[in-house]
Amino acid sequence: MSMPDRSLLPDLPCDAEGPVFRAPWEAQAFAMAVALHQKGLFNWPEWAQVLSEEIKRAQAAGDPDTGETYYRHWLNALERLVVEKGAATADMLGETAAAWDRAARATPHGKPITLR
Amino acid sequence: MSHDHNHHHDQHHHDHEHGEGTILSEVELRVRALETVLVEKGYVDPAALDALIETYETRVGPHNGARVVAKAWSDPAYRDWLLKDATAAIASLGYVGRQGEHMVAVENTSTVHNMVVCTLCSCYPWPVLGLPPVWYKSAPYRSRAVIDPRGVLKDFGIELPAGKQIKVWDSTAEVRYLVLPERPDGTEGWSEEDLAKLVTRDSMIGTGLPRQPAEVAR
Repeated sequence: MSMPDRSLLPDLPCDAEGPVFRAPWEAQAFAMAVALHQKGLFNWPEWAQVLSEEIKRAQAAGDPDTGETYYRHWLNALERLVVEKGAATADMLGETAAAWDRAARATPHGKPITLR
Repeated sequence: MSHDHNHHHDQHHHDHEHGEGTILSEVELRVRALETVLVEKGYVDPAALDALIETYETRVGPHNGARVVAKAWSDPAYRDWLLKDATAAIASLGYVGRQGEHMVAVENTSTVHNMVVCTLCSCYPWPVLGLPPVWYKSAPYRSRAVIDPRGVLKDFGIELPAGKQIKVWDSTAEVRYLVLPERPDGTEGWSEEDLAKLVTRDSMIGTGLPRQPAEVAR
């Protein structure tokens, strides 16, 4: 039996059995959700609920939801739960992201980026 | 089975040089902001995050599930235990952890083929299979697996006899399924280690069948 050529099936994207994260930020976002669950900030049913709502919302907004954008939905769900559960405010996250942006722009390429 | 096509795209649309500074993508900034705030407030520990990532990238994966299946194939008492209390049987091999707290094993037979999906999002038994593949998380799989399982299997290159019943199991945040595939013929007397080589990730989701004995080196 040979591997089916799933590249012929555009509506069923597929990956190899190898690494599951395609960029470091995906792995970070994944790990933060697991760590916050461990910490008891939310339970899995809550997480599954918010994640599925974010996926539906993205689909409604035109996301093809082929799995490639999965960690974007994951990140949206994570931010939403973090704010809903009071671990951070949306303003706090926005300001910190802006600070990271300024720090990155001020850092020569190849050098580690640090805040403040 | 070849691994020549690896969708491990290097998504380097960021970190490019723009003048002397570095440009991070919008998602990278949001992830960094989350981590900064959560670390500052004591919700997460950066070292623990690294350890989690390392675990899921290297130690947890379908090879864990393959060992469970191989053991069930060679040890009838373990098979019975797995079908009766999968959580305990799997934990006895050391595969415990998040998203594997309530496992159910479903056995393929000559008359029944099982297939697992999560129509809601992408619940998946991490301790035995690692993190889900991209297609498992895709809307087409999530919706079509229930409506047209036979068609989905065809997309995966699997054609089942017309008389074979297909059962589709919808995972939830509480219950995760592991398919126990049928042991291939011609493997009498194989060690568990060799049997495990026949077990693919997809065969434990139900979108594939185990490899044939001739396909693996013993």
